[in-house]
Amino acid sequence: MADAARKLESATSALAVRDLQAWYDESHVLHGVNFDVAPGEVVTLLGRNGAGKTTTLRAIMGLIAKRTGSVHFEGRELIGLPAREIAKAGIAFCPEERGIFASLSVDENLMLPPVIRPGGLSRDDVLTMFPNLRERLSSQGTKLSGGEQQMLAIARILRTGSKFLLLDEPTEGLAPVIVQQIGRTLATLKNQGFTIVLVEQNFHFAASVADRHYVVEQGRVIDMIPNTEIQNNLGKLHAYLGV
Amino acid sequence: MFELLGIPPQALFGQLLLGLINGSFYALLSLGLAVIFGLLNIINFSHGAQYMMGAFVAWMGLTYLGIPYWGALVIVPLAVGATGVLIERLMISRLYHLDHLYGLFLTFGLALIIQGLFRNSFGVSGLPYSIPPQLSGGQNLGFMFLPNYRAWVVLASLIVCFGTWFAIERTRLGAYLRAATENPTLVGAFGINVPRMITLTYGFGVALAAFAGVLAAPIYSVNPNMGADLIIVVFAVVVIGGMGSILGAILTGFGLGIVEGLTKVFYPEASSVAIFVIMAIVLLFKPAGLFGRTA
Repeated sequence: MADAARKLESATSALAVRDLQAWYDESHVLHGVNFDVAPGEVVTLLGRNGAGKTTTLRAIMGLIAKRTGSVHFEGRELIGLPAREIAKAGIAFCPEERGIFASLSVDENLMLPPVIRPGGLSRDDVLTMFPNLRERLSSQGTKLSGGEQQMLAIARILRTGSKFLLLDEPTEGLAPVIVQQIGRTLATLKNQGFTIVLVEQNFHFAASVADRHYVVEQGRVIDMIPNTEIQNNLGKLHAYLGV
Repeated sequence: MFELLGIPPQALFGQLLLGLINGSFYALLSLGLAVIFGLLNIINFSHGAQYMMGAFVAWMGLTYLGIPYWGALVIVPLAVGATGVLIERLMISRLYHLDHLYGLFLTFGLALIIQGLFRNSFGVSGLPYSIPPQLSGGQNLGFMFLPNYRAWVVLASLIVCFGTWFAIERTRLGAYLRAATENPTLVGAFGINVPRMITLTYGFGVALAAFAGVLAAPIYSVNPNMGADLIIVVFAVVVIGGMGSILGAILTGFGLGIVEGLTKVFYPEASSVAIFVIMAIVLLFKPAGLFGRTA
């Protein structure tokens, strides 16, 4: 029964991760991660530092050389593919360190990721969504403030036509007013049909944007909590996250 | 002022021109090295041999196939660049997971092999390559005589250097290249084929060296050691300009050619060491080079 339910779930999901294991050199970091993301959902991976959240995103994206298991995306198996093929399959990645290029202007950073399928936001749509960037287009990418760099890092992957986003800690180190702005952006993207997997340390931010939360501990997903039931599970979550 | 120093203007301008010619080659060659180093992180020690190959392939094209200078100027960089693509695919690409020193060793070994092969086949006495008829003769500028071919060398080098700078710093393709130089992993995660870009970049750097070789064929005698003689100075130019800086490589190339020329006027004894003295001084005060970014 549970098996049948799981099969059904993975058949309708945009992303199905099964027994994902990953290694950095010799150290075994992911020990069998399982989770699903339905189309149009915003899902978070919550967990303490070092639990394996960032590694999970990087393993899905093909940025970790040694990985096993299954990453099923829109009916395709991605586990053996190089990162560039995974990007072309329709997954866009925004790294924790934001990855803004110092030798490129803001505009060049924005226009860098190639369009992989039609239906992405136009340059103008993106600049309407992030008006701060419009005034800084000719600046060096890394001359932007931390918040602006984060917006640029999200903005540039919205152009590609990928509707499935992996965002690694987009609120880290940012002022509350910027965090709110990013929260509103994610809500807008969800309304436009984007599917988002979000790694977060900021639990309150996660609760304000997500449909479901997966709790990661020691390289495994150990629990799933729908956002609607979060009030009833606060004690459990605090125990997981050590807040 | 010239008279005060006891130097006739003819000598001064003559040496300045010579400096500019040398600078044209320094700039083209150090530009290729900088482009390759930027993306591959490898010091391409076979660059001098690939410059020599450019001159030889031009000579062979003319002698065996009747391909004239102007055809060679286009075909030879493509042909020699293609050998660069093969070398990157078959050999250099296997070394990226190792220390960068291995790339240097490999390309140094390749340089010795290539030079040896040409020395075996053609000897060391040098082969003549005549100036294309359209560019023979020269202009009397009043204060000096300017041979047409030499003016063309400076012009061609300036055009190619500026074109390369423009392509890298001002175009979308160049933005990919700059981004991949900074963070190849992330550029790959955007769906861009970084390994292919690396291969083509190496081929392009080699093609620049071959282009310089074709330009050099009518001025210097075509011989297997022509690259080895020049490349040491070019490495000094790259160190002074800063590894991986495109504009730095171009400006330093021309600038040092001129400085070298002027040294020949004012203190000839120092002319062959001037560039190396400058290199030592620059390294003391700006270890990353004049245009290098300090990490």
